[in-house]
This record gives sequence, structure tokens and C-alpha cells, in this order.
Amino acid sequence: MWTMQRIADLVQPGRVHRDAYTDPAIFDLEMERIFGRAWLLLGHDSQVPRPGDFVTTQMGRQPVLMVRQRGGGVKVLFNRCAHRGSTVCSAAKGAVTQFVCPYHGWTYGLDGELLAVPSPAGYAEDGHPQRRLGLSEVPRTEVYRGFVFASLAADGPSLRDFLGPLRSSFDDLVDRAPDGDVEVAGGVSRHAYDGNWKFVLENHLDTIHPRHVHASSIAAANAQDDSRPTDGAGEVGVRQMRQNGAPNDLWEGLGLWVAEGGHGYMGDYHDDEKLVAASDDPVHVDYQRRMEAAYGPARAREILSITRWNSIVFPNVSFMSQFGQLRIVRPVAAGRTVLDTYVFRLKGAPEEMFRRAVAFANVVNGTGSPVLTDDLEVYERLQTGLGADGNEWVDTGRGLGRDVRDEGNGLDRGGTGTSEIAVRNQFRAWADYMTDAGAADAGATGADTAGMAVAAE
Amino acid sequence: MNDGAVPAAAMDRSAVEAFLIREADLIDRREFEAWLALYTDDCRYWVPLEEGQADPQHTVSLIYDDRKLLETRVRRLGHPRAHAQAPPSRTLHTVANVAVDPEPADSRIVVRSNQIVAEYRQHRTRLFAGRCTHHLEPAADGYRIAFKRIDLIDSEGENRGIPIIL
Repeated sequence: MWTMQRIADLVQPGRVHRDAYTDPAIFDLEMERIFGRAWLLLGHDSQVPRPGDFVTTQMGRQPVLMVRQRGGGVKVLFNRCAHRGSTVCSAAKGAVTQFVCPYHGWTYGLDGELLAVPSPAGYAEDGHPQRRLGLSEVPRTEVYRGFVFASLAADGPSLRDFLGPLRSSFDDLVDRAPDGDVEVAGGVSRHAYDGNWKFVLENHLDTIHPRHVHASSIAAANAQDDSRPTDGAGEVGVRQMRQNGAPNDLWEGLGLWVAEGGHGYMGDYHDDEKLVAASDDPVHVDYQRRMEAAYGPARAREILSITRWNSIVFPNVSFMSQFGQLRIVRPVAAGRTVLDTYVFRLKGAPEEMFRRAVAFANVVNGTGSPVLTDDLEVYERLQTGLGADGNEWVDTGRGLGRDVRDEGNGLDRGGTGTSEIAVRNQFRAWADYMTDAGAADAGATGADTAGMAVAAE
Repeated sequence: MNDGAVPAAAMDRSAVEAFLIREADLIDRREFEAWLALYTDDCRYWVPLEEGQADPQHTVSLIYDDRKLLETRVRRLGHPRAHAQAPPSRTLHTVANVAVDPEPADSRIVVRSNQIVAEYRQHRTRLFAGRCTHHLEPAADGYRIAFKRIDLIDSEGENRGIPIIL
């Protein structure tokens, strides 16, 4: 029995108990208390541009569909027929005028309203509790700059408050478009690993792992003859592999900032000199010109001066603006995770920049990538290794006690760029959610405030 | 019509099939340098994401390697800390349904085949089934591969990493 005290005891200064990653009962509680309450990113409104356009996804383990309404907004509906419970939609995406259940033909409008019931006379009439139900709507849906979030909890902080300072990471992504708008393009690729969902969120702000996990692709890229033929894809890919092998002082010197709610981001990792062929690269020059035309020189310079790399919005988003990449984390079981990966096109930017973003995505998110496959291998080895008795604790203590308050933005920052501050911060939020008495009592439909819980300490 | 740049003998289905089997055999024996030597300098090795994907530039792929990336990929596989291949997978390629298009494209022989790759690693066996398209250039000792596209039937599925050569 996971009492509040036992759960709280899993997270201690500088260490976390392995049950947080491996115990199926803990996973069930995570689905209820974290994924049942937090704002979860479901996608981007450019995926459903016209009325009737939909995508299906999951919130925690629950099937939902995100559908564009005739009036223009986006609704998130549970993908579950009101009658006997079948999903009403099985495609990953598409366009419909209505949703028809395959079992007995109950038919729903885009807003979930029950429109038609075949052979209606036989069903119970007035007084039957199920008689006129439509598709249930997920309790809350909000959009921030085109990013569609939903929450399974009826009450809680607004999306704006939930995101807090991480709003600026979404701003950074969207502001980089000369037209001030981005769109999902280039397909949605998926990959999976047999390991806990938290590993990937930790890893994307882990600055020590690259030279070890990616040792083989770093060495292979460093040995690569630059004069060999490339259509551009190899240029982008080899450069990123080499960047993983950046010298120690770069990693130590970069910034790791963390915020309330388990969020955080990495800065000062890349700059344009490393991302593009050079600052005199004609594509980049063209892009800068378009940015200055759109925003004016001063504002354009300000936007492009942001060198933020990965941002994490706990518990289900990892993204980075400079190459327009985003990953949504979908936990399946304590030892199974699926990631949906997206690429964004910056509207108004040179098309070659989008091609480079696609090439970059293939290297960081491609299921066959020489980089990603080593990350996935390590996640699986973590899950296996944590099955071992003898040491039940995971060490999260690097940089403990040396975190500092950044007076510039009011956020805590790792004392060095290789601090494990982000893992500690994620687990602080994890413990807050998991020991929130209101959440525990009310379950997914409760009325208490997520993320504002009694501290785990 | 064949414009004469491709000798009729090079279009022979059984010669092409024997070459594809040789390619598969080099992969399964992990002779990746020899496998890479089968590819032209301007080659592409491509595993698309979407069924019928039009191009590798505007849609992401599971793998899209030009010559430079393919050389890096092969070099990495020989590195002792290529974790996803330590220990290495054992693979077995089965090549079937080989058909040679009657018309070469840009002096390249267009070959379609079905390929099933069985992979064993860490006590698990996986299958990768796909339709292959090869573009072959006749060479003094057989052929060179200018283009290999593998359309996996589950390319949009929830796959664990694919660190092997398909």
C-alpha cells in the first residue's frame, strides 16, 4: 500500500528510490495523480486546420481525439462511444463530418453531441441515465500560441500559470518565424523504448551523458572526411554528432534553469555558428533579412540572440526552438514509453531551413539514428539495471547544494552546466503531485489544485 | 526504351537477384565495409516514415543517409562503444519477389523486391518486413547501388530503436 508517507520517502536529497521507476502500482498512481491532473500537450492546432480535421492520441492511458470545430476552436473529446464504449475513431489522423461508432452505429457531431441512434425504439427512453449522452469532453482545453493542451482535472491552475516561465520557450519557437506562426510539417514519427517515461525527460537536460552514450557516433563523425558527397543531410547530421562531443568546459559552462512544476531548460549550448554552416551562410543571411523585415532589426536581433536548447514541460513535453523539434512523451507502463516526434516549419523562413530541420530530426529522432538508438539502449539498460537489489537508490546528487538563484530571471540554476538540478527539480514536482491529498482523494475528476500540493519533504 | 546505356545482360533478373542476395549476405555477416563498397559515391540509403513518401527532404525518415552519413553510420558500427550494437544483433535477410522494371531510369536499373529481416539480440527476435527499391548501376564486377529505399510496413509504428543495417 503506497501511503503518502511511503511515496514521500521515495524522493530524498540527492537520491530517488528505484520504485519510482519500476513499481507498477506507482505507475498507476502517476497516471492518476500526474497525468490525470497536469496540463498535457496533445499537439498543435496546425494539425487540424479545417472543421472536422482530427488527430487521435492519449492522455495518460486514455484515448482522446482532438478535433477542429465548425466554429473554429479545437475540442478534445474522449474517444469512447457513450453506448457500449468502443472508440469511435481509429485512424491516427483524418477528416470527418461526424463520428460513427462501429458497433451499433451511434453517430456524433464534431462537438461530441449525439446526432443519431439507429433503431432508436428499442433503447430505454426517458429516465435511463445513458439515453442522451454524447462523447464526453475532456474537462479542460487551452491553447498557448497554437499548442493545444488539455487537462483531465476539472480544476487547477490555468495553462498560463502552469507553464510559468516556460511560456518563453514556446514564444522563442514561434517568434523565430518571420510570419509569427509555425506549423507541424514533415510527418509525425514515433519511437519506443522498454523503460520508464521519466528517463527521457531527465536525459534531455543531462549534459554529462553525450560524450559517453554517444561516444561511437562522436568518434565516427570526427573521423568523417568532410569532402565526401552530401546533399545537405549528412552535413547537418555529422555536425550535430560532433557537437555531442563538445569539450568539457562548454558543458560545464552552459546554463540549466529550472522552474516550478518540474519544468526546465538548457541554454548557451548552441549558437548559430555551430547550427548553420557559418553566420555568412546564405540561407541564414536570407533568414536574418526576413526576420529584420518582419520585426525590425533590434527585435530580430533580440529574438535570435536566445540560445535556448532543450526545454522540458513536465510531464510530457520536450522541445527545442532552434531546429523546431518537439517530442511528446506517452507512458504506456512502468517499463514502456512511446514518443511522438514533431518538426515545425517556421512560416516565412527560407524553405532550406525546414529541410535542415528535417535532416536534424532524422539524426535526433529517427528510429534508425546512430545517435537516438544509443539513448534508447541506455534507457532500456537503466530499466533492467534498476531491477537489481543491493542498491535501491538512484543517485541524483551531482551539484547538490550548489544550485544558485539567477537574479536575472528569478529561476534556480545549476551551479555548473553539468548539475543534476533538472532531475531533482522534476522529482520535486513528481513528489508534489504524487502526495497531493486533494488529487489522491478526488482522482482524475477532482477539484483540488494540481502542482500546489503539500511539499514532499 | 532502354537507351543503350544499360547492357541487356545487366537487366537479367537472376543476375540482379544474385547481387541482392550478395548484398544481404554481407550485411548478415557484418562485413559492413564491403557492403558500403557496393554503394556509389552519390548514393542514398533511405527508410521513409510514411507509406508512399514522396521525398526525404520535406518529411522525416527513420533513416535518410547520403554518402557522408552512410560512411559515418558504418564507421560507428565498428566502434566498441556503439551501445545499441554491443553485443551486436544477429540478422538474417531474406530477399524475395525480385522484379526488374523494364525501363531503366537515368541509366540505372530499377529493382523491386520484398525483404524480411529477422533480428536477434538480447534474448529477443524482431522482424522487419519491407518493400525494397534498388537503383543499380552496372559495373565491371557486377553492380553498384545508387539508391536503396526500404518501405517498412510498420514504419509509422511504435518501434524500438533500429540500429541494424536493413
